[in-house]
Amino acid sequence: MKFVKRLLLPAMLSSCLLIPILHAQITYDRLLRASDEPQNWLTYSGGYASQRYSLLKQVTPINVKNLEQKWVFQAESLEKFETTPLVVDGIMYLTQAPSDVVALDAKNGRVFWIYRYVVSTDVRPCCGSVNHGLAILGDTLYLATLDAHLVAIDAKGGRPLWNVKVANASAGYAMTLAPLVVKDKVIIGVAGGEFGIRGFVAAYDASSGREVWRTYTVPGPGEPGHETWQGDSWEHGGGPVWLTGSYDPNLNLTYWGTGNPGPDWNPAQRAGDNLYSDSVLALDADTGKLKWYFQFTPNDPYDYDAVQIPVLVDGVWNGSARKLMLWANRNGFFYVLDRATGQFLAGYPFIKLNWASGLDAKGRPIPTPQPEGMPTFPGLQGGTNWYSPSYSPRTGLFYVSAWEDYASVFIREAQTFEEGRRFVGGRPTSPIPGAQNVPGATRRPPINVWTEAAGHGAVIAIDPHTGEKKWKFPMTDTTDSGLLTTASDLLFTGGREGYFQALDARTGALLWKTILGGPIVAGPMTYQVDGKQFVAVAAGHSMFAFALRE
Amino acid sequence: MRLQIALISALIFPVAIPGFAAQERTGQYPQAEVEVGFNLYNTNCITCHGANGDSVSGVSLRSGQFRRVSTDSELNRLIQTGIPGTAMPPGRFGTADLAGLVAYVRSMRDFDTRPARGDAARGRTLVEGKGGCLSCHRINGKGSRVAPDLSDVGAVRAPDAIERKMTDSSSSMLPINRSIRAVTRAGKVITGRRLNEDTYTVQIIDSEERLVSLLKSDLREYAVLKTSTMPSFKNTFTQTELDDVVTYLRTLKGAR
Repeated sequence: MKFVKRLLLPAMLSSCLLIPILHAQITYDRLLRASDEPQNWLTYSGGYASQRYSLLKQVTPINVKNLEQKWVFQAESLEKFETTPLVVDGIMYLTQAPSDVVALDAKNGRVFWIYRYVVSTDVRPCCGSVNHGLAILGDTLYLATLDAHLVAIDAKGGRPLWNVKVANASAGYAMTLAPLVVKDKVIIGVAGGEFGIRGFVAAYDASSGREVWRTYTVPGPGEPGHETWQGDSWEHGGGPVWLTGSYDPNLNLTYWGTGNPGPDWNPAQRAGDNLYSDSVLALDADTGKLKWYFQFTPNDPYDYDAVQIPVLVDGVWNGSARKLMLWANRNGFFYVLDRATGQFLAGYPFIKLNWASGLDAKGRPIPTPQPEGMPTFPGLQGGTNWYSPSYSPRTGLFYVSAWEDYASVFIREAQTFEEGRRFVGGRPTSPIPGAQNVPGATRRPPINVWTEAAGHGAVIAIDPHTGEKKWKFPMTDTTDSGLLTTASDLLFTGGREGYFQALDARTGALLWKTILGGPIVAGPMTYQVDGKQFVAVAAGHSMFAFALRE
Repeated sequence: MRLQIALISALIFPVAIPGFAAQERTGQYPQAEVEVGFNLYNTNCITCHGANGDSVSGVSLRSGQFRRVSTDSELNRLIQTGIPGTAMPPGRFGTADLAGLVAYVRSMRDFDTRPARGDAARGRTLVEGKGGCLSCHRINGKGSRVAPDLSDVGAVRAPDAIERKMTDSSSSMLPINRSIRAVTRAGKVITGRRLNEDTYTVQIIDSEERLVSLLKSDLREYAVLKTSTMPSFKNTFTQTELDDVVTYLRTLKGAR
């Protein structure tokens, strides 16, 4: 052995010197310029502007038909597989439910290490023991766990470096989102909107895990907005933050969408607008101070979470350059906001809806509540939901996964708050006899009992300037898939049917599809290793990676 | 994709559905959830609790009365946590599965609250004779597969729902069971009961009881029929006969 070592060591050293340093640390500067290294995927949404758009263009509308599966990684979990992986210099980091981290070779799927996090039995996830992914800074990965801990993990060794408790899991706080690293901080938010939590966004020092700031999404006594809550209803006001935000380095603002007020379906218990539920918050990235907010659905009686990815676009609006934010909301309206000020610029319905007749000049909905027992469009799951949208600077189009012709009947009931118990104030039902109101994606039977009677999914391409739907790709079943666009004008998407599809981003034409055998409940992403572009997506209980046939 | 768009626009979304409110009162739980729960119950619960929910001493799931829980969400939670110190283990189920289990356990009670109004033996004779039910349906290995198998209908459908189905079939038909009519490019007409469908394909059992999978791109015409082909028995059967048939169908709990 000694002999071998002596021979190998100098050889290894010299090869290190010859090869350019590939495995450099992920600095904040690299995160800022993520689009300069499209071979990597460094944040949940592929960059701070969260466009889920890649400059890679080896796979084109012409050759996409030559995509073939290169590897598959089967998760050790039967939960919904909602993760978007990170790829850093040929290494893929992904999460498997409930809160494990896997490092593997992005070229062949072989695993380097698995970090298994043991989730507390106190946990009360509302909607699946899922996880959406990771953040990275330096050589450290950041994991938000189901039982509301933030864990720093050595990206090379897979060992935990620190673990801090963010909130009390037994009170209904949970985390499923991928954290966002900004400068030297790790920013997270908490889920728990069905348990009467008080939502917040918080930042932690990336090296020590010390909490630096925490901004509640429900203002306390004496704070502006507190008057929008009747009595002490604010104490259990919800406003969860369960999806990753975005960041504008020039404005130094970080944007986060907030969820429903509690209890979900009985607004009579919380008269008022219920700020800052169902809103987007613009926070100073250094202090967490609220710079502006925009509320999409005041006094929400439908569970229309504004938990979507804030998509940041620098564009021209009415002839002048403007910093825009594009937002297709669960409530069925597509919004254009000025992200420097929060000013409402435009809003259009993108699916059939009847809960509002439109938006006023400030973007506030004009409510048209339906008579008791009658269907409300969109239904519980919304016109869209947390599924990552995409924006292509090349086409100028915003792409969203939508649920069309879909309704629920909302039944309201008074409910007393009790810590750790579900606090929802009623229930939604389906207006379709025999249809499930929330068709489950967990070990979902592969039969679409939902059918055309209860609505269907679609990818919709929206022109942000006019609200015009440039094209639509309808599906028979619904879709919870995220979207990915590329600089070769491809759009990748999945859906509950389990097909993984490539569309022409300009026309919506189907260019390629393959069947993955399980629902796609995650966003696709792309990366490049050794000159080969891969497209990866989680489906069923496995992660699949595709590249062009040799 | 044009075919798909035409199809969807042809199916007008029912905004007001007669009978919906009644369904909410008698069986609060969507049929699909009850069926999900029924299947899960049979694989996960039946060994201890038994087919009738009364095999554990002192526990009757059908009674609707539980010692530790009262609301659906509490029942949901109990299924997840189990009962420490007893044989009831924690169950790892997803949201939809839990909803299904709760719906099924709750419906077990509903199924038994209405007293039998007819005679099961007479009902069986009607089903196999005058009603002609087995020319489309199948019960315990006898009859056709063209319409859904009824061998476990008493376990998954409440008596009121069974009666409604016999008198007004279309309004209570599960959308997945709708008939389809397809015409291939070669002009061949294919009809059958839908088993599954996605954007590109549809799976049916055809009028010859064959399992057929069709690619929509191979079809010249494709239509999903919203009207049930099942006749109404409102005038065929007297009320007494209807009661007899319902009473018989309620005894059908499926092969274990």
